[in-house]
Amino acid sequence: MTAPSPVELDQPESDEFTDLDTPWVTLVWNDPVNLMSYVSYVFRTYFGHSREKADKLMLQVHQEGRAVVSTGGREEMERDVEAMHGYGLWATCQKADA
Amino acid sequence: MKRFKSRRREGAYAVFEQSEARLLANLAAQVAELLGEGTPDVDRAGQDPLEAMLKLDGPVNEPDDPVLQRLLPPGYRDDDEAAADFRRFTERGLREAKITNARLVIASLRDGGMADDDDDSVEVDLDAAGVQAWLRTLTDVRLALATRLGIDDDEHRWDRDPDNPAAAMHDVYDWLGFVQETLVHAIDR
Repeated sequence: MTAPSPVELDQPESDEFTDLDTPWVTLVWNDPVNLMSYVSYVFRTYFGHSREKADKLMLQVHQEGRAVVSTGGREEMERDVEAMHGYGLWATCQKADA
Repeated sequence: MKRFKSRRREGAYAVFEQSEARLLANLAAQVAELLGEGTPDVDRAGQDPLEAMLKLDGPVNEPDDPVLQRLLPPGYRDDDEAAADFRRFTERGLREAKITNARLVIASLRDGGMADDDDDSVEVDLDAAGVQAWLRTLTDVRLALATRLGIDDDEHRWDRDPDNPAAAMHDVYDWLGFVQETLVHAIDR
């Protein structure tokens, strides 16, 4: 299964470059349209999660309204958000402690 | 249309009626058209000519159309400046990718035998790239229909009275969900 190749040039320069200690997170938000099977499939395909973990995250999105699907640097999280939007999932990024 | 069946190398196969194929192609074309328009002109004054040529810059504001708002959502929730920056660098590419996917879906329906003057069924045979385009375009079309139908929570129920003008659109929405569900299951074992 192919994952979408990130477009490096499209990434904004991070203003928080010095703030290397604070991790960022990608959140996926619940919506009434996307199929549970598809959301789990996306989590496995794009993030390489196991079926068990992908299903757990998918259910967390469904039941709690959102879930953290990845953690890392800001640019990396923006790439993940962009990829989720490509799949039609509603995702945002923010600082982990926000 | 029956269920999608799996093919070797992460492909999938399904047979559609002509009317189903035309319906899906029509909806995909509408979404592609919507995504292709309504891009606000970017002020290029003072911009790096190379950057302008490479089209690295893009819109910063959320689109006006609710469907486009859902297809091109903000990347940040509580930070307007970061959301604008994110949109500037990603929206154009996202629109183009979604349009490309929709066109791929339409092309695969034509390749399968979709034609105005034909009643034979349409045989859609997808490779791995085709499956990806279909999954994403089915999602985009369903998001667009859901927005127009006002489906905004998991408990959404609608008036299934056939006299309800929106009933037909709801049926299409449900059918697209079935198509996508069988496609996910065909490739995801």
